[in-house]
Amino acid sequence: MQSNTNGAGERTKVDIAIIGAGVSGACIARQLSAYETEVALIEKEADVSFGVSKANSGIVHGGFHHGPKYLKTRLEIRGNLMYDRLQRELDFPFSRCGILVVALNDEEMKYIDHLYTQGLENGAIGIEMCSRERMFELEPKLESDCVGGLHAPGGGVIEPYRFVFSVVESAVKNGVQLLREFEVVKAERSGEKHIVHAADGRVVEARYVVNAAGLFADKVSGIFGAEEFQITPRKGEYYLLDRKTKACPNRVLFPVPTKVSKGMLVIPTVEGTVLIGPTAEEIEDKTDLSTNADKLGQILDQARKMVPSVSQTDVIAAFSGLRPALLPEGDFYIDISEKTPNFIQVAGIQSPGLTAAPAIGEYVKDLLKKAGCRLTEKADYDPFVTKLPRIRDYSPFEADELLKKDAAYGNLICRCEKISEAEIVAAIRAGHTTLDGIKYFTRAQMGRCQGGFCSYKIIKLIMRETGMEYDQITKNGRDSVVLTGRL
Amino acid sequence: MHERTYDVAVIGGGAAGMAAAVEVRRQGLSCAIVERENQLGGILMQCIHNGFGVQEFKKELSGPEFAEEFMDMVADAGTDVFLSTTVDSIEESEQGKELYCYSRKNGVVKLNAQAVILAMGCRERNRGNIRTPGTRPAGVFTAGLAQRLVNVEGYIPGKNVVIVGSGDIGLIMARRMTWVGAKVHGVVEIQPYPAGLTRNIVQCLNDFEIPLYLSHVVSRIEGKNRVEKVTVSPLVNGIPDEDQSFEIPCDTLLLSVGLVPENELSENAGVEISPITSGAVVDSTMMTSVPGIFSCGNVLHVHDLADYAAEEARRTGAYAVAWLQNKKPARQLRIKAGANVRYVSPGMINPELPDKLYLRTLIVKNNAQLVMKLNNNIVKERKLSHVQPSEMVSVKLTKKDVEDWHAESDSVLEVSVQ
Amino acid sequence: MSAPETKEMICISCPISCRMTVYEENDSIVVKGNKCARGKVYGEEEYLAPKRMVTCTVATDSEEFPRLPVRTTASIPKETIDELLQELYSLNIKLPVKRGTTLIENYHDTGVDVIATMTLPGRA
Repeated sequence: MQSNTNGAGERTKVDIAIIGAGVSGACIARQLSAYETEVALIEKEADVSFGVSKANSGIVHGGFHHGPKYLKTRLEIRGNLMYDRLQRELDFPFSRCGILVVALNDEEMKYIDHLYTQGLENGAIGIEMCSRERMFELEPKLESDCVGGLHAPGGGVIEPYRFVFSVVESAVKNGVQLLREFEVVKAERSGEKHIVHAADGRVVEARYVVNAAGLFADKVSGIFGAEEFQITPRKGEYYLLDRKTKACPNRVLFPVPTKVSKGMLVIPTVEGTVLIGPTAEEIEDKTDLSTNADKLGQILDQARKMVPSVSQTDVIAAFSGLRPALLPEGDFYIDISEKTPNFIQVAGIQSPGLTAAPAIGEYVKDLLKKAGCRLTEKADYDPFVTKLPRIRDYSPFEADELLKKDAAYGNLICRCEKISEAEIVAAIRAGHTTLDGIKYFTRAQMGRCQGGFCSYKIIKLIMRETGMEYDQITKNGRDSVVLTGRL
Repeated sequence: MHERTYDVAVIGGGAAGMAAAVEVRRQGLSCAIVERENQLGGILMQCIHNGFGVQEFKKELSGPEFAEEFMDMVADAGTDVFLSTTVDSIEESEQGKELYCYSRKNGVVKLNAQAVILAMGCRERNRGNIRTPGTRPAGVFTAGLAQRLVNVEGYIPGKNVVIVGSGDIGLIMARRMTWVGAKVHGVVEIQPYPAGLTRNIVQCLNDFEIPLYLSHVVSRIEGKNRVEKVTVSPLVNGIPDEDQSFEIPCDTLLLSVGLVPENELSENAGVEISPITSGAVVDSTMMTSVPGIFSCGNVLHVHDLADYAAEEARRTGAYAVAWLQNKKPARQLRIKAGANVRYVSPGMINPELPDKLYLRTLIVKNNAQLVMKLNNNIVKERKLSHVQPSEMVSVKLTKKDVEDWHAESDSVLEVSVQ
Repeated sequence: MSAPETKEMICISCPISCRMTVYEENDSIVVKGNKCARGKVYGEEEYLAPKRMVTCTVATDSEEFPRLPVRTTASIPKETIDELLQELYSLNIKLPVKRGTTLIENYHDTGVDVIATMTLPGRA
């Protein structure tokens, strides 16, 4: 499944086209793949999850941050509950490690009261008000000023991009057509159909279109002549800490939230590293993923207010992500368009979008039915993806057996995260042929050397597996070429 | 699972690992080298420039030639070599140590050894470690990765290059990139003095009129897909000064911003790590906090020259043999890094068997003085014509030096530079 | 040689790195700023005819080892380096090759050879 950029005139006919292969689009596609219907999942980037979904906190939220009047809250509660089954079916790393909200003074403790009541009202699972003693029992690394807090045992962590990859893999396995590097530039109606044009000349015909275009949902809505609204990119900067850090908490730590955001967190990632952040800054440019020097100090200060042992020397990477906010309300906008027929809006999916995404899939399926789309369950739907062994999960004795079946597990390519040739080849064969795609699929290049030792080996594996030339290898598509010449 | 048994297992087949193994074999013990790449030599194989071997072989060689001199010795000594093999873990057993090794060819192999010598070398610090802000486009490489791409794989990583850090690899790559047709627009160094050797400043920068910006940092990287430009800022009172900042259009940024001993395997085996060197804490016999595990070369502390790493490793090989023969030092004195000294390696000395010490200073100075004090009495002084943090100082101690030492078991040897 | 001029240079004979001024006076070379005799020798050579070692790689016929590292056996005049590099980049060496093998003999009558600095195997 290589990039399909030169398919001018190539025409794909489906019942439903989903624009955007982020976590929302992916979950909608997978939901629909359980029914007798033709679905195309359209992504403008070189790989799925390369937009909003690749850079966020990776939290499965606890259901107490927002009130019950919001659609996002209802979908958050429902989505959270769906994750255990999804993990069994889709084999992505997920840990229901729990969430703590940390109050540092009595004023903040009052707000904890409010969050607790709100959580109860929402139906959040197992939430608990905590005394100072209870907080230290749950998290010994806390700052000594902590006066108490909230414990949400149902919260957890995932790797967001990895989750999207698994969801898309499952969708494709059940018949969804994935079209990458398909940037929608034009659409028109022809009879009962939407005709959707890509920048490179490819065309998709679909009876129904779902707009899950993330940051660009407003633009896509415009292209289809549907509702006018504006998506504001809100930038969040993060720092990633080495798994050797002494500042790794047991649970996700939240401060007491501010008006605009949930604040800066200390997150024990599901793979053992620690993430601190994000900042929250409304910006103009929807492609501005830069990080800024002044933010590091802020993030470290905030993180240290909860965990004093957070250290600058543990930083191995900085990155930023953009949340697609639909202001001023900030709720999800998921509905049947009133202006354009057979067009479903899935916009403003900011936090808790990752948590809600599986429920968004169900919700959109129901909207499609309501819009008249006929969905009959597929007899041969298979919710399970093939589990790929990860050498890091094996003891030497178990590895001995694995290596007898496939020797390529014995060739360790990424030493920092312990990723073998077999895993990288599996990623490439699953269609992830950029360096970032392989990084998000396997974790190779994500550790402390950040690809210093292994990226050239991965480049050689991509060339061997796909027949691509050195100058076709990119970091994440488009012109992000890695090598400019050959001696 | 296959199983092999040796007296000594050496992890890493670079300069240090090979030198250590050759010494072990020379003294008649069985020895295996486990190397993760498909050939011995380690990073030397991509260091095609000259300047190696002056100490070890009394001639000036390139990295691969230096490595091959040792490869020949390894072969002559009859050392077993496991190539393309990664050591996953070191476990303690009744018989000694067990090394679990992964490879495509042999699957999982258990190596039993009485003693283990760690010689895994180091890794490069990267963008995340120096926290350079900006976008995250393609075109940012560590200098060593670029060196590998050019010299071994034959690829050119970029055409218009800015180099961050004036360490030797960065300087060498400035010349190398120029010689493969790229334009190097400058080397940006955060310190007020260069981190690399002066001869490399002269031959790799001055010869090509490549500007060296001292006390400057790259304060921002820009570019959506590939690097498009960087902002270079002078440091004023330690802070990047925006008003005096300037931009350099470029498509490539090479980072030569320091090396870190790669000790994850050691740590998992329980070895204590020094926060100063990021290498193991070792006694006068180069033995780590775990009995039977020794450490040498760049995984112990970052050396300037492969020659020094090899020399240190040879002694380490001999110490490992001595330990297996139950020859252990009767007493050892702790060494303390005194004024203007960042660290001294090893951290202990055996007054019956004085040896060589390596140290790094914290200062730049001509006509400096090395002072060693035992219980606050000066026991040795030496003139040092020039010191700077980037140049390692070696100090040889002889029997004669320590003759008059009146060392108690709790005595401390303090080493300082004035 | 070109017209008499004054050259500023840093001696690279040892780590002290003396900053030296070198110029011609009464048919002899004057070196100032050096702290030792080696500095004088370096200064004179660097003034009259600066020379450098060249280390580079050349293409091979192997996919596994596409580049063979090489070097000059001694320093060559600086102004001839670019031409040598071009010549090296045009070579394609058939493997196997042994370290020390002469690839270019007596380059431009300088008495300097270009040799392979790595032993590389042929096709397995």
